Amino acid sequence: MSALTQSRYSAEYDAIAPQLPGRDLPWLMKRRSEALALFAAGGFPSPREEEWRYTNVSAIEKKLFKPALVPASGQIDKQWLDTCRLHDAWSVVLLNGRFSAELSKLDGLPEAVSVLGFAEALAKQPELIENYLGKAVKDSEHGFVAFNTAWFSDGVFVHVPAKHLLAKPLQLLHVVTEADALATTRNLIITETMAQAEIVETFIGADCAYLSAAVTEVFVGANADLTLYKLQVESEKAYHFGGAYVLQDRDARFAHHNFAFGGLLARSDIHADLDHASECILNGLYIGSKRQHIDNHTRIVHQKPYATSRELYKGVLDDRARGVFQGRVIVAEDAQKTDSEMNNRNLLLSTDAEADTKPQLEIYADDVKCGHGVTVGQLDEKSVFYLQSRCVDEETARNMLTFAFANEMVDKIKIRELHDLVLGELLQRFPQQGVEKAWL
Amino acid sequence: MLSIENLHVSVGDKPILKGINLEIKAGEIHAIMGPNGSGKSTLSHVLSGKSGYTVTEGSVTYQGMDLIEMAPEIRAREGVFLAFQYPVEIPGVSNIYLLKAALNAIRKHHGQSEVDAMDFLTLVKNKVKLLEMDEKFLYRAVNEGFSGGEKKRNEILQMAIMEPKLCILDETDSGLDIDALKIVADGVNSLRSPERAFVMVTHYQRLLDYIKPDVVHVLAHGRIVKSGGPELALELEEKGYGWLEAA
Repeated sequence: MSALTQSRYSAEYDAIAPQLPGRDLPWLMKRRSEALALFAAGGFPSPREEEWRYTNVSAIEKKLFKPALVPASGQIDKQWLDTCRLHDAWSVVLLNGRFSAELSKLDGLPEAVSVLGFAEALAKQPELIENYLGKAVKDSEHGFVAFNTAWFSDGVFVHVPAKHLLAKPLQLLHVVTEADALATTRNLIITETMAQAEIVETFIGADCAYLSAAVTEVFVGANADLTLYKLQVESEKAYHFGGAYVLQDRDARFAHHNFAFGGLLARSDIHADLDHASECILNGLYIGSKRQHIDNHTRIVHQKPYATSRELYKGVLDDRARGVFQGRVIVAEDAQKTDSEMNNRNLLLSTDAEADTKPQLEIYADDVKCGHGVTVGQLDEKSVFYLQSRCVDEETARNMLTFAFANEMVDKIKIRELHDLVLGELLQRFPQQGVEKAWL
Repeated sequence: MLSIENLHVSVGDKPILKGINLEIKAGEIHAIMGPNGSGKSTLSHVLSGKSGYTVTEGSVTYQGMDLIEMAPEIRAREGVFLAFQYPVEIPGVSNIYLLKAALNAIRKHHGQSEVDAMDFLTLVKNKVKLLEMDEKFLYRAVNEGFSGGEKKRNEILQMAIMEPKLCILDETDSGLDIDALKIVADGVNSLRSPERAFVMVTHYQRLLDYIKPDVVHVLAHGRIVKSGGPELALELEEKGYGWLEAA
């Protein structure tokens, strides 16, 4: 971390600060200044930090991305937006890091449920936010989190009260339209006791370099059921950081499906803390080609007994692309009867592609069932032969198996419209020729 | 239909088959029995074209063609079918798609047009009923999460759709309970015809109670050490393989 770069972002801060929301909230101003101090001291994470050892973000320091002006919604190509928008869903649009009421579609939302821009929510429900903000992730986690707390310009606030359910999915559509833009959003999702929701985070951007840096804190109440999807299809010149930090109360169910297809350099954090008998599912698929670098970092902490976690991440890497998977499962001393399984599978389609994978189990309890497995390699020859013995020629068999390898993760999507959207994105980006939708 | 002459096969430097001679005519059912390690599975793999085996001597002629020279998919399109001992799970590829792809590949190979979608569905549904399978299996990924019995039934379903001329059943009875075995056997029996031959590779006699073979061969140490009628299988059941292996 060069002192020069730190000062470049930090030096800009005074100019930016007056535009940030919550200036009238002393507690928030205090947190922002603490986060700023943390960031000034440490900067963005460096490969010297264990959790960042395969990912070098120094390009972000050099580029000095700046908050973009928010264009009038009339200037936005709505057709382009619609290609990524779910229609049978409520949707929120965050345009260059700012909530756009005009582009969002929230008609018919149940009255008890709040979906607001974060700035608006800070004005309307500051006490509630004060209670939750920074509870699922500390600014000391790493430089991006501290940066986000100091810099966030807006975001989404979602509150589903106890025993309420969202009958349709809610989509949070993050859009960046300007070159060299910095879009820093902070999002808060609260599903209270026995509430139920499906939420889809989608990241898209114009064909240029920009930095999208989002932190989402998620609270899943006792017995609540939340599924969070992330579709990251940023521009292939873009830099992306997106963290989802989840606190699960007892008996809560949380599932996360992470589709990381876009960006020149993209990093996701998905961290979940599990209370008594809660259930956590983390699925992921990363597809990289050209010089893409896609890093996924997961952490599941079993704090209490009887919780279950299942994790499966798959990667398909072509050209000179690099995929990183770091998965940590921590079982606390108190977390007896934990049942946990973590798997990471990678297919390399070219000799220059690279997969770095590091599963870590840290177990402090003595009566648990924990497993993990990792593969990096080529297709299973038994499967190739099986298809050949069923008349399929070898090349098609290989294409089919590669595609099927990836498609297994797409198949897990329960929202039909989202399934088709992700499948479309996958087909578009799929490195191998001759892939057919009919195989499914 | 199939003529195997003095077939020698090695895996790496290790000879497994040491001079197999076998003549199979259309309409016949041959059972190949033998102890573990005798080369039974190697024989079925070599016939279907699995890689990793070297033919060091001899020949295999199928309907006048040199079978060893043919790619596995060409053999399959020409009517050689292997029902696997351990059918492979293929997550992400639907069962019905694979059935359709296989059938169309065979039709294309023989200069016919692709099957009509409605005709295909009717055909598949009839076969599914025959094998007492749930139609839902068609829309699931190939063999994924199927029980042992369901996987074997799925193999027979593929066979019923592909209508091969030479069917090789590799330890089809392994892992089947008696009810599943009956269903699979009924499926096989329904496919018996004067134009079709079967090679059943099996360790135990019990499959032969349900599918009556014309000829039984005993394979030991890479050679056929004895051939006979169905009564040979009963003798093996009683005496085991020891008396033949020693011979």
